[in-house]
Amino acid sequence: MIGLSHYLTVAAILFTIGVLGIFLNRRNVILMLMAIELILLAVNINLVAFSAYLGDLTGQVLAMFVLTVAAAEAAIGLAILVIFFRRRGSIAVDDVNRMRG
Amino acid sequence: MIASIAFYLFATLTIASALAVIFARNPVHSVLWLIVAFFNAAGLMLLLGAEFIAMLVVIVYVGAVAVLFLFVVMMLDIDFASLRSGFTKNLPFGIIIALVLLTEVIVAVSASNAGPALSGHEIPGAATPNIVALGQLLYSRYLFAFELAGLILLVAMIGAIVLTHRSRRDTRPQKVWKQIARRPDEAIKLADPGVGEGMTL
Repeated sequence: MIGLSHYLTVAAILFTIGVLGIFLNRRNVILMLMAIELILLAVNINLVAFSAYLGDLTGQVLAMFVLTVAAAEAAIGLAILVIFFRRRGSIAVDDVNRMRG
Repeated sequence: MIASIAFYLFATLTIASALAVIFARNPVHSVLWLIVAFFNAAGLMLLLGAEFIAMLVVIVYVGAVAVLFLFVVMMLDIDFASLRSGFTKNLPFGIIIALVLLTEVIVAVSASNAGPALSGHEIPGAATPNIVALGQLLYSRYLFAFELAGLILLVAMIGAIVLTHRSRRDTRPQKVWKQIARRPDEAIKLADPGVGEGMTL
């Protein structure tokens, strides 16, 4: 029988894969953004699983807001990526030191 | 029984395609694997009875976000091979971090079962359909937050347009204000004078 912990385990593995993706692709911003999407997907699975097993719909409302923020974040992140690529001709994050920060 | 099979199918495919996302050599393949991962996660959410969120994942993630990624990956002429240079160097450290994190989260998952509220292993049956219940909640109790979500999307849209918009100097676009400011007396007039009559200028 599939219980709550099964879903939580899947979400935990997905979250870890996302974090691993950020660690492995340190220079490729596009893949880092995709890994962030994976992390947010894991969070959404967690929220929906808890919401279903508690019989409380608030978790699904929150999952919808997470989805909204993820979409906005992807749009802004990719827009920044596009203008960065126009200026530098590369998307290597190691080169992001224009502001000498 | 069939629910268990479906769960293991969706879970395995989600995790496998998530692994393929981060290990694929070609970023276009990464995006396509990401789409597979989103579809299977939507399947997991369907199994949980959250039909609306599942459809939203398919529509928003696959229909908008993944296509956006695909556009950017294909539009920019990026040398992806050079971007993988740190991959093997980061691999051992990354796997150590990932294992530590995974152990922690799974310990947390098993600890969550200790609570009394979640001891049941059945999803409680819903009185109203999922979409109806969610809509009633969204448009009453969470109305303000819902409007705020719309505002976030508006800001993101305007921000993305402002960031990527550029005025190109090498094109000659239509100048609308010049067309509106035109007067008849400063324009060319076509005249058809008769023979020997002459014309006034």
